[in-house]
Amino acid sequence: MTVTTQQSDLKLDGNAIGGLLREIFTMEMTTAEGTCANCGAVHAVGQVVVYLNAPGAVVRCPSCDHVLMKIVQGRGRYWIDLTGVRVLEFSA
Amino acid sequence: MSSRGPRLLIWQLGEVAELVPQTPRVSSLVLDVPAWPGHLAGQHVDVRLTADDGYQAQRSYSIASAPEDPHLEITVERLEDGEVSPYLVGEVRKGDKVELRGPIGGYFVWTAGDPRPLLLVAGGSGVVPLMSMIRHREHTGSSNPTRLLYSSRSYEDIIYRDELDRLAAGGDGLTVAHTLTRMQPQGWQGYARRIDADMLSEVGWPKAEMPAVFVCGPTPMVESVASTLVDMGYDPASIKTERFGATGG
Repeated sequence: MTVTTQQSDLKLDGNAIGGLLREIFTMEMTTAEGTCANCGAVHAVGQVVVYLNAPGAVVRCPSCDHVLMKIVQGRGRYWIDLTGVRVLEFSA
Repeated sequence: MSSRGPRLLIWQLGEVAELVPQTPRVSSLVLDVPAWPGHLAGQHVDVRLTADDGYQAQRSYSIASAPEDPHLEITVERLEDGEVSPYLVGEVRKGDKVELRGPIGGYFVWTAGDPRPLLLVAGGSGVVPLMSMIRHREHTGSSNPTRLLYSSRSYEDIIYRDELDRLAAGGDGLTVAHTLTRMQPQGWQGYARRIDADMLSEVGWPKAEMPAVFVCGPTPMVESVASTLVDMGYDPASIKTERFGATGG
């Protein structure tokens, strides 16, 4: 995504995975709110920390840095680890 | 357009109707997208390039045009070792087709019905989604008090310089303050340093006015501005941020 390799530059936010989450959930998800399973903080998906330099997307809590989600995509499949999210709430 | 409800995100082709050089490294692509469903100011699109051997590269770019504009405009900064931007800035020609999907996003959006004063803070090409908001404000005839604080490296690097000058001269409540962090032309009257608390209190709204704040730019800049605003007493819930992902690569 960027030319330099500083860790801070690789750090993005939930807006960057809006398209990926739309593929999976078929809904606009950056306004969805997730509760961190570790610290209980509630954040909009647009606010969470996202790293795309891993093989897939790693999503972390902006309050405690705990991993909220991991999403890997390949060979026509998705692998979604949601163990770090206690609740994901969004409008129907 | 409703941002809610299931709606399949499909790849579609946009034809390049116009290329507008903005700075030595930044160009706007004005696209004709026949089945464009409409968008909100602040949303982005994903652009996908496919090589002859089938290899695909995909990046997100913020939409610069207002929802009311007849064409879809994205503004792209050329990153020399990027996979997508060197094609979009330098190689693509008028009449070429570009594969894209969108609009995407609903968190970092502003609509003209929001009555709060607006503080927009941009770093480099982070101005692009904020430009969509400013254009939307202009199109709807809104006189919502709006202040843009825009950090660029040099005078030549200011994207939308002439349009921002023109809109700010319109006297409808938009003010634009520039800071140039690396190089300033002779006689420069604006700021000449990175955005800091003093600058934000001079340009921004008193926290009692409860402004809506949108910050977009490189990650370190966005985080520094957001935490400075929170330290100054702004309500964290009123500050929306977007880190550079939507314009990189």
